[in-house]
Amino acid sequence: MMSIALEIPYWGQSLLRVLGGVGAVLLPAGTIVYLFLFKMMSFMQSRLGPMEAGPYGSMQLLAEVGKWLQKEDIIPENADAKIYKLAPVIVLVSTFLLVVVVPFGPDALFTDFSAGVFYALAIGSVSVIGILVAGWSSANKYSLLGGLRAAGQLIAYELPMVLAVVGVVIQAGSMNLQQIVVAQNSGSIFGWDGVGFPFVLTQFVGFLIFMIAVQAELTQVPFDMPIAESELVSGYMTEYSGFRFLIFFIGEFATAGVFAFIASVLFLGGWGIPFSWFGWESLEAVDGWMNIVGPVIMLTKMLVLTGIIMWVRFSYPRFREDQLQRFAWKVLIPLSLANIAVTAILKVAI
Amino acid sequence: MPKVPGLVKGLGVTMGTLFRTAKNGADTVQYPHAKEAPPARARGVIALREDNCTACMLCARSCPDWCIYIEGHKQLAPPRRAGGKPRQVNHLDRFDIDYALCMYCGICVEVCPFDALFWSPEYEYSEPRIADLLHDKDKLGEWMETVPEAPELEAGAEKKK
Repeated sequence: MMSIALEIPYWGQSLLRVLGGVGAVLLPAGTIVYLFLFKMMSFMQSRLGPMEAGPYGSMQLLAEVGKWLQKEDIIPENADAKIYKLAPVIVLVSTFLLVVVVPFGPDALFTDFSAGVFYALAIGSVSVIGILVAGWSSANKYSLLGGLRAAGQLIAYELPMVLAVVGVVIQAGSMNLQQIVVAQNSGSIFGWDGVGFPFVLTQFVGFLIFMIAVQAELTQVPFDMPIAESELVSGYMTEYSGFRFLIFFIGEFATAGVFAFIASVLFLGGWGIPFSWFGWESLEAVDGWMNIVGPVIMLTKMLVLTGIIMWVRFSYPRFREDQLQRFAWKVLIPLSLANIAVTAILKVAI
Repeated sequence: MPKVPGLVKGLGVTMGTLFRTAKNGADTVQYPHAKEAPPARARGVIALREDNCTACMLCARSCPDWCIYIEGHKQLAPPRRAGGKPRQVNHLDRFDIDYALCMYCGICVEVCPFDALFWSPEYEYSEPRIADLLHDKDKLGEWMETVPEAPELEAGAEKKK
């Protein structure tokens, strides 16, 4: 596979990376919206959801995008127009920057970053700035309140997320996402290497904390205080319309997909299948066809994880603001610190 | 049996509904393709029996939204008995209801002393233009066909002559 990659000129590789990045962000977003937001939610409410556009409403998404694009782009008179226009772009760009470190196969990756985990967690919090800026520049008290709530919430849940990942990093002995995948698929459980060694088995507490923190980072329902529609209209998105709202909307679900990618890399073994199945010794020995199968495996794991995120979203009522903060600071953070301590002790002891 | 935590139970309810919908179909109806029959006494639209109307204006005056427009004139009708005087009656020229204003309170139907107004369960009369929701007495008369039979009187009730 490497030999094929070398034959592509540099501009071709760049083009492939850009197209791959756009695909890796937009494809999950579209799938999540149709499969879960339109269909799963409808079925959970005993209705069918969109059925008219295309077979079983599968073209509904195109209709929605067309609708948003032709709507008027309204900018409030007192809004800080430049920053107001910039805010949704910041949110979406942070999603694109996030997908860059996710490995989809032995060679199918955008960049092999040795501190990938660090980078992903750092870039993941850039969207906070976009959201805060959107809320503040809208010149609307609901937007401002929503933006401030979002900032408080995202910072509070950033911590347990980072701390939950530390356990995985300790166990894998690397911050490189590709190495974490390799560590999980070349490992064995008490000498049995039938399923590799996905970290969800030992880091189950970390996995739970990570998924709860992701739910909060995405402001999905039990943690949707920033956009609580019954009190804040739509939070920081209140004043946005047309394609700017569309960018926020895509950003929300694309980020859900990318965080699910990262969770599946960290805890579920990523793109890999246990190396012992085909007798691969190391990353270099992995066959080239994994570059095609890997993304499919990743997509499946992503769909399972986002399915759980959406399932929780459609089932639970919303936290109150103080409950939400208390849960992060008094439950999740101590728990994840304890998780790190236990993991570190066991790592040294065994 | 150990108590299932409420959080898990909640997830079970939504997933259970999902599978039930997939298996038995939804509780909703795909409207333009399939229709639900409204209940017989549903308040869909107000129909007019023109022959009973005496243009007494009670309905127009009791309407909270002033959405009923009535115009009429007096004219002579042939006497009831041979050799009698010609009667003076009110003739209805215009009876319009503006359904863009109507709030379906039904006071006009209640107040009509001559049984000229009725509730019909018909509901498919939306219009692209709001001004087209002003319906005249011919249209209101057409809806009379959809008015269901009045329910039977209670046993022992005094029948009106």
